[in-house]
Amino acid sequence: MSLSYVREEMVPPQPAPVRTTGVIAWARQNLFATPFDAVMTVIGVAFLIWAIPPIYNFIFPTFLGGDAVPPGGTVEDCRAAGAGACWAYISARMSFFIYGFYPPAEYWRPNLVFLLGALLIVPLLWPRAPFKRINALLFFVVYPIICYYLLNGGVFGLRRVPTEQWGGLLVTLIISLVGIICSMPIGILLALGRQSKLPIIKTLCVMFIELWRAVPLITILFMASIMLPLFMPQGTTVDKLLRALVGVTLFSSAYLAEVIRGGLQALPRGQYEAASSLGLSYWKSMGLIILPQALKHVIPGIVNSFIALFKDTSLVSIVGIFDLLNTVQAASSDINWSSPTQAVTGYLFAAFVFWIFCFAMSRYSIWMERRLDTGHKR
Amino acid sequence: MAVQSNTRSAPPRVAFYNDPVIRGIIYQIIVAGLVIAFFVWIIANTAQNLAAQNKTTGFDFLFQTSGFGISFTLIPFDRASYYWEAFLVGLLNTLLVAAIGIVFATVIGFILGIARLSSNWLIARFATVYIEVIRNVPLLLQLFFWYFAVLKAMPAVRDSLALPLGVFINQRGLYVPRPIPDEQFGWVYVAIALAIAATIGVTIWARRRLEATGERFPVVAVNIAILIVVMVLGFIVSGASVAFEMPELQRFNFRGGLELPPEFVALAFGLTIYTAAFIAENVRSGIQAVNKGQTEAAQSLGLREGDRLRLVIIPQAMRVIIPPLTSQYLNLTKNSSLGAAIGYPELVNVFMGTTLNQTGKAIEVIAITMAVYLTLSLATSAFMNWYNARVALVER
Repeated sequence: MSLSYVREEMVPPQPAPVRTTGVIAWARQNLFATPFDAVMTVIGVAFLIWAIPPIYNFIFPTFLGGDAVPPGGTVEDCRAAGAGACWAYISARMSFFIYGFYPPAEYWRPNLVFLLGALLIVPLLWPRAPFKRINALLFFVVYPIICYYLLNGGVFGLRRVPTEQWGGLLVTLIISLVGIICSMPIGILLALGRQSKLPIIKTLCVMFIELWRAVPLITILFMASIMLPLFMPQGTTVDKLLRALVGVTLFSSAYLAEVIRGGLQALPRGQYEAASSLGLSYWKSMGLIILPQALKHVIPGIVNSFIALFKDTSLVSIVGIFDLLNTVQAASSDINWSSPTQAVTGYLFAAFVFWIFCFAMSRYSIWMERRLDTGHKR
Repeated sequence: MAVQSNTRSAPPRVAFYNDPVIRGIIYQIIVAGLVIAFFVWIIANTAQNLAAQNKTTGFDFLFQTSGFGISFTLIPFDRASYYWEAFLVGLLNTLLVAAIGIVFATVIGFILGIARLSSNWLIARFATVYIEVIRNVPLLLQLFFWYFAVLKAMPAVRDSLALPLGVFINQRGLYVPRPIPDEQFGWVYVAIALAIAATIGVTIWARRRLEATGERFPVVAVNIAILIVVMVLGFIVSGASVAFEMPELQRFNFRGGLELPPEFVALAFGLTIYTAAFIAENVRSGIQAVNKGQTEAAQSLGLREGDRLRLVIIPQAMRVIIPPLTSQYLNLTKNSSLGAAIGYPELVNVFMGTTLNQTGKAIEVIAITMAVYLTLSLATSAFMNWYNARVALVER
């Protein structure tokens, strides 16, 4: 008899483990983990089966199996019973949606503005492109001036086009770009003023920020369009578009100021003290040490404000400016294209344009945030 | 004790304009002077412009008869009413749509926020698509869509869409049955009040017993039972009855029932859908902000699933969720001003629109409107500061 703790016979073979990879295992983990999950999944799939075909048929043109009228179709096609989205109407009125009432002979001017903007903004947003400083200077200072003279005309033999004729996507982009470019420095100054130790400056900044943040943009736009002419000396007329621009810029700068203040407060005191101990003046320590770090912290917040600003530009349609939304709204009563789906198609188109811009901005900010993350977080 | 003589030498003499204190004062005087000059300039210009247009200023216009009607009012209003009543109608309509939007947006937002973190892939995907689509499209566009493309495309009155429970929808709005309680119904309210008091009592008693003996009591189930039983008893014993006045299709329009105009439905619906997407994101980030270690710590203490959520996770998540949530509520209230664009008679529409156009008192009307929103905003931030101070983490 020998005592032994070592097995002598073989262990009977076990069945192969339940699969942990593959479609079925994935479905079991992510769709049918619990009875509740299974019920939710079944309801979700039923919803998809119910919702997808009508939506697909409505949006996609006939050559892709849907019911929509592709560009180039006629209004009779759109009026036919069971027709989906009338994309023919969108493509026929496209120039109105992009340029508004801008004279068609001068379309090359907004086109040039779009082209220049794209040429300048792509390298600016692409971190590895060289000459950032010159690029930024060109985009933020030179480009707006060129745009103004190019679009407005009246110099170098260009025909003058009053701002009443600007419209569509052009105006939406102008308002958001001017809003972004002008509100950034104002926002930084307000945020610094709010952090200031000088009581009068601090109070003024707090009052300005809180007032603009408290009221809806639409009241500010009303105020700008009604009160601004009253505030100006007699005989001065303020351009309608300029009034909206002032309103949007002030509104946006107050929001930006609060975002930037968050970044300033997140910086450890040591950074301020280090800057002082180097003997830097206030503006130098802010410009060289505090702001670069603070702004980096709040890039997502800043981009969120820009997205909000971009969406808010649609409100200028209420004070009678023909931005993208207002051109779509105006065109929806165009009797040449009147059909049951005319309004819906217009809104879908506008929603899609706004969505592309906003979604791209938010993705860019997420990407930039990851890139700039220097690993100071935990 | 050695007395140390003050051996510090006198500070180096600097020119007075390099002294930071004096500099600060000079800067402030300059800024204040510029601001005052700016306002004086504006006021002078305004006075001159008003004089040129032969306009007077003052708030006495509020007590003139308005001479216009408002389609949807909570208080009686007609052409003979005063302008201040118009202001009140607008304010109440703003608050009504904001209150309804806040309730529904909170419910939908919380569901969506939790759904986005769901372990169910399909549900999480649904929530993500909803949030990403709704957040990135302007609210005004969505309101136009609901109002012009959906509600205005509803069938005419003659062939209204009949929904269950006697609800009808057509071009002119949504018609729901109007509950008409009889005189005995007051007793039901009394019963409800008693039931609520009882549930509070039960909750307090159960907590005391839990702390004293460690024995649990099924508080939630018992409270729900108390509420239902007492309410039903009150209803039966008092002999109260509720008649529902059903909307009925007459020759040209519906008669009876509660009529909700399409502007109201579109605005409430649009605000709810839009704000819910933002609230969902706040909820998601709040839940994600609670460290996973907290869950593990609660588990290691032997807390069960429900207690773990109720006592450990949710209080910590709420601390992160509440401040952005209140600012979303404020945003919703401010966004209700977009109702002016689809003709819902709220503050901006009635007061800054019609009243301003009729009286021409631009400065007064705009000042009053802004003051209303400023008050709402300051009240909200006061609440937020109080809440933040209450729940702030006490650090070592």
